[in-house]
Amino acid sequence: MRDVTLVLSDGTKFRGKSFGYDAPVAGEVVFNTAMMGYPESLTDPSYAGQMLVMTFPLVGNYGVPPFTIEKNQIPSFMESDKIYASALIVSDYTEDYSHWNAVESLAAWLKREHIPGITGIDTRELTKVLRAHGVMMGQIIFDDEPNNIPEANYEGVNFVDKVSTKEIIRYNEGAGKRVVLVDCGVKANILRELVDRKIEIIRVPWNYDYTSLEYDGLFLANGPGDPDMCNDAVEIIRKQMSQSTKPICGICMGNQLLAKAAGAKIYKLKYGHRGHNQPVRMVGTNKCYVTSQNHGYAVDGGTLGKDWEELFVNMNDGSNEGIRHKENPWFSSQFHPEASSGPVDTEFMFDKFVETLK
Amino acid sequence: MKDESIKKVLLLGSGALKIGEAGEFDYSGSQALKALREEGVSTVLINPNIATVQTSEGVADQIYYLPVQPYFVERVIQKEKPDGILLAFGGQTALNCGVELDRLGILEKYNVKVLGTPVSAIMNTEDRELFVQQLDEIDIKTIKSEACEKIEDARKAAAELGYPVIIRAAYALGGLGSGFADNEEELNKLCEKAFAFSPQVLVEKSLKGWKEIEYEVVRDQYDNCITVCNMENFDPLGIHTGESIVIAPSQTLTNSEYHKLRKLAIKIVRHIGIVGECNVQYAFDPKSEDYRVIEVNARLSRSSALASKATGYPLAFVAAKLGMGYGLFELKNSVTKTTSAFFEPALDYVVCKIPRWDLSKFRGVDKELGSSMKSVGEVMAIGRNFEEAIQKGLRMIGQGMHGFVENKELEIANIDAALREPTDKRIFVISKAMHKGYTIDQIHELTKIDHWFLHKLKHIIDIDEELKRHNINTLGKDLLRTAKVYGFTDFQIARAVGLEAETANMHKAMLLVRQLRKGYGILPVVKQIDTLAAEYPAQTNYLYVTYAGVNSDITFSNDRKSVIVLGSGAYRIGSSVEFDWCGVQALETIRKQGYRSIMINYNPETVSTDYDMCDRLYFDELTFERVMDIIDMETPHGVIVSTGGQIPNNLAVHLDAQNVNILGTKAKDIDNAEDRAKFSAMLNEIGVNQPEWRALTSMDDIAEFVDRVGFPVLVRPSYVLSGAAMNVCSNPDELERFLKLAANVSEDHPVVVSKFIENAKEIEMDAVARDGEIMAYAISEHIEFAGVHSGDATIQFPPQKLYVETVRRVKRISRQIAKALHINGPFNIQFMARDNDILVIECNLRASRSFPFVSKVLKLNLIDLATKVMLNIPVEKPNKNLFDLDYVGIKASQFSFNRLQKADPVLGVDMSSTGEVGCLGDDTSTALLKSMLSVGHRIPEKNILLSTGGAKQKAEMLDAAKMLKAHGYNIFATGGTSKFLEENGIANTLVYWPSDEGKQPQALDLLHDKKIDMVVNIPKDLSPRELTNGYKIRRASIDLNVPLLTNSRLASAFITAFCNVKLDDIDIKAWGEY
Repeated sequence: MRDVTLVLSDGTKFRGKSFGYDAPVAGEVVFNTAMMGYPESLTDPSYAGQMLVMTFPLVGNYGVPPFTIEKNQIPSFMESDKIYASALIVSDYTEDYSHWNAVESLAAWLKREHIPGITGIDTRELTKVLRAHGVMMGQIIFDDEPNNIPEANYEGVNFVDKVSTKEIIRYNEGAGKRVVLVDCGVKANILRELVDRKIEIIRVPWNYDYTSLEYDGLFLANGPGDPDMCNDAVEIIRKQMSQSTKPICGICMGNQLLAKAAGAKIYKLKYGHRGHNQPVRMVGTNKCYVTSQNHGYAVDGGTLGKDWEELFVNMNDGSNEGIRHKENPWFSSQFHPEASSGPVDTEFMFDKFVETLK
Repeated sequence: MKDESIKKVLLLGSGALKIGEAGEFDYSGSQALKALREEGVSTVLINPNIATVQTSEGVADQIYYLPVQPYFVERVIQKEKPDGILLAFGGQTALNCGVELDRLGILEKYNVKVLGTPVSAIMNTEDRELFVQQLDEIDIKTIKSEACEKIEDARKAAAELGYPVIIRAAYALGGLGSGFADNEEELNKLCEKAFAFSPQVLVEKSLKGWKEIEYEVVRDQYDNCITVCNMENFDPLGIHTGESIVIAPSQTLTNSEYHKLRKLAIKIVRHIGIVGECNVQYAFDPKSEDYRVIEVNARLSRSSALASKATGYPLAFVAAKLGMGYGLFELKNSVTKTTSAFFEPALDYVVCKIPRWDLSKFRGVDKELGSSMKSVGEVMAIGRNFEEAIQKGLRMIGQGMHGFVENKELEIANIDAALREPTDKRIFVISKAMHKGYTIDQIHELTKIDHWFLHKLKHIIDIDEELKRHNINTLGKDLLRTAKVYGFTDFQIARAVGLEAETANMHKAMLLVRQLRKGYGILPVVKQIDTLAAEYPAQTNYLYVTYAGVNSDITFSNDRKSVIVLGSGAYRIGSSVEFDWCGVQALETIRKQGYRSIMINYNPETVSTDYDMCDRLYFDELTFERVMDIIDMETPHGVIVSTGGQIPNNLAVHLDAQNVNILGTKAKDIDNAEDRAKFSAMLNEIGVNQPEWRALTSMDDIAEFVDRVGFPVLVRPSYVLSGAAMNVCSNPDELERFLKLAANVSEDHPVVVSKFIENAKEIEMDAVARDGEIMAYAISEHIEFAGVHSGDATIQFPPQKLYVETVRRVKRISRQIAKALHINGPFNIQFMARDNDILVIECNLRASRSFPFVSKVLKLNLIDLATKVMLNIPVEKPNKNLFDLDYVGIKASQFSFNRLQKADPVLGVDMSSTGEVGCLGDDTSTALLKSMLSVGHRIPEKNILLSTGGAKQKAEMLDAAKMLKAHGYNIFATGGTSKFLEENGIANTLVYWPSDEGKQPQALDLLHDKKIDMVVNIPKDLSPRELTNGYKIRRASIDLNVPLLTNSRLASAFITAFCNVKLDDIDIKAWGEY
């Protein structure tokens, strides 16, 4: 394994070894506190442009499942068609995996997909640095290639445009109620949850004007990056809301786009919420849920239009975790009810959405 | 919202520590009481375990040292009139008692509300049939199990399920009376035993080889649920989870598997209606996502204590608050203090729990591990990788191991068999097998341990092999760092690079590696356990030390205003909760005196490892190396080595050599007491007698010595913990056989042989001295004669039957010794007395096992006093005299022979009890009765079986036998005893020994037919016992759950007590009322 150095934009350095694809790389360094689920996280398009730090030290334990695609075009085990994170940063990589469903090691997969992975990093210290400073850009440099410095930007890049589908894809045709899914970087499990509930999905590019299509409900998917880069999508949502009261549901980026359509402002969190243990409370109730999250931006709940209200709030920092319209069946969550990876306590969001399609 | 109608709450404790129910419940109970106190609720505690922290001043408002049994609980309820009762914090003992109280209508009668999980929900988890029915209702798979109330039904069920099957007793703690049966013969044996403990036996299909996974779930009354932690067993299903190495969080589960089981756990907990904490155990197929629910514990458990320590989430504290009516969202995360208690901890480390067994203490015990628990304690190791955690853990269990490698070579006749049939040594057999070239696949085939764990272990072997290719001069920085990151100690490295041979002294060799390592700048860092993987800032003082990191989370003030207290490590026979109490008291005094308190300990069952007991908690090793690392970083004012039992005591000399400021008695003096030769020379100098002894260097020397003093003799190594490897030898054969074993125990110190004195009284002196002058003391007296280990003996305090002259001499000698050893702090001296002839057996310059007992009876905290002395704070001599007490304290021992299959349940010089209780009474008989009932004895109904040993014991028991007769008991007696009783005019029924085949009635038949309510069986001599008649009867009593007494003096005292004191006459007084 070659020696590498992770250099953060504030100059902090961490020394480690390369276990993935041997190439220098740059990106926004973010940490995730989940203790399992690396195949799901790596293939989550929301990590596009980011170097993913796992705070749990042991990674690679159960190898990687086969990258098979089901008949309905949805991957069996992965969350999209490839790895979207630009690098993986861990403390103690395990090459000798053990699992009945694994076909290769994490390293083999990273190499195959040309994604760098580094190990031997004090990821707790790194996390503390990111927590104190806020997320930063970082570079992985190979010690024996001192002149090969990679560059990248995160802010100001429209990552949604990079990861969204370029064409319309249909799933479960003729199954029942029809839902337009705005693909900002959708995770496969959102598709699975809808397909399992006998929904026909029309997956459209993020900036596609679907308002003239025939459908029963609108689903705004998750996606990477800054929602302020996606004003086209917001405009189309506004147009849709002005035309009809058809149900709308959103997740993560979907929540942010819906909130923007509702007049709210978005701000960047210091270091985001990424993990499986984020507590949220349904506003006005004693109902609390442990949720899976992955977002760097949040809705400023105080700036929502008068017809809107907060649906969920984060119990740790009070940030917005979902919104709803006071009259129409329009609601969304900042967290990920589709989980994968993470706890599945909020699957009911899909049920609620499907109920409103009647 | 808090239920404001609850003003006073009764909490049931778990009683004496026993296998399957140990210190974890002191921790749970203490946390619950703390939570209630915070709410301004008045608390009443029933727990006879006097050595616990929860039964100390200021934890509960009223403390009753009484048996946790419906009769006594009802009387306390009558008196105290509590509004609510907590049943989930005292293990199976409290839960069973609570279910019984409910069944008897007592709770309803006195209008006492069960807080937290309702009794009906508890029943649904405890009764197997109801449990399966409940889970069937929500389509959750359980292990197919047949509840049988007759042995014929069990046979039928097993035939239907197909062998192998597992047999479990319902309503039993820690898998008591359970096991695997491969055929009907084995099933018959197991069932008989199981039916002795429980009216219901469960027959299940065995799923050997499946993974075992647990989840700890919390639910509030608003139906909000979280899983605080999941855990995976290193050992696959088939080995009781208390016997398994456990790792948290799970390591081999994918996201889908983890969350599938998590979702099911929450579904179960909601359906059953738990309010508070609950544990769900699964069997999980290693080749698919198939699962079975093994069981659900509707209470705090050993696993929940472990989960609390593993995550930093205070489960018991939160469960108590939920019992008071709060929702999880109303509580704060007690680590971050800012975020919500409704969350699931994210770990950024792994923890490894390893059980501690003491099987070598028991003669004849079955060493194979299985579905019933035998371990007496456990350790938890924290690391940033698995290798580090497990190597730390293997050192922590304190059985002379240095990690996974570089241990003394194990002698294993058949490695395959030793891998296939797990024993307490299996992990080391794996190490040996790997060194011998066994492949991971081979080992997996034999053990069914997941490949992942085996690969990690193999990694340690690989590093070790790499180290072995080097010597100290060629050992490079990178390899050295790698070794440290993966949990190698300087000791292991020194041995691997061959320094042992070079220096001929491992301590020196280790110091050389330490020096080299420091020269390279390879130093450990300190990390925090913060429940959120550093996501939020946390002012947590819960720490561990690792080499897998570049920076410490904390800073060190170097103001010399902190004091380190070394903890007592894993609970084991001879060292358990009493030292935890001592450590906690020391921490409190240190804080009160304006120092910052720092604890180093690694036992997840303890209160001392609760992070709010001290200013900094290092949940880490008590090796010289790790303690020095921490001292180097913390630069404390000093270190206390005298409140944690023998482990810290043994470190004194080495720490002193590094110029560490040891508070209290000087290391040199500690050595002078520990080293028998030095100690003896000192006693001779001051003219104090001790039993004649001699250091053994050759067999000839010893023969000459024994010729002179005569048999029996006591043989032991010089550094002793609870009589490890100590034995009484009655003839030359035994002596020779034993010495061959014991000579291997310690090479640095000679083995000593001493004259064993029979029929002598044993007396304990627990005291605190300042600059060699005794400040306070407690003299207590054993009920049994010398020969029963002081940890097993029944102790009365204040002494009831000592001559005034004896007491005077004991005091005088103690003063002399304290002066000669310049004692500054706690100490304990054991004496033997025959008439007024006083001999010193041993002296420990540290707190002893009996400190909490005498402190609480005397109502004078000896550790508080000792700590002040050690901190050099002026103290007055307390104005307390043990002879002014108008009540008696009796400390009785709890044995766990029912768990230790085949072990001979007899007492000797080697300690075998796992716990103790201490009860107070207005007179000796009342106190004794309370204590004996607390450790599982029962007042017999009518039939008593006597076999009273040799002539002397027979005579000793005569009065007791007369008394039994006078009180209408039927006496059954074996040959000699029957004749002796007959001769003395005591009518009895003669019964036959097992060897008298064909003659009727057979003693064993009577036992099996449940005709006997109590057995007194006193062995004739002290020699090792074969599978004799006596053994068979003793073992049958244990297996059939009939109370057994094996000591004539204790048996007499107990019989006197229950003949003279009626249950209803027993006083129900709180500690404060004496």
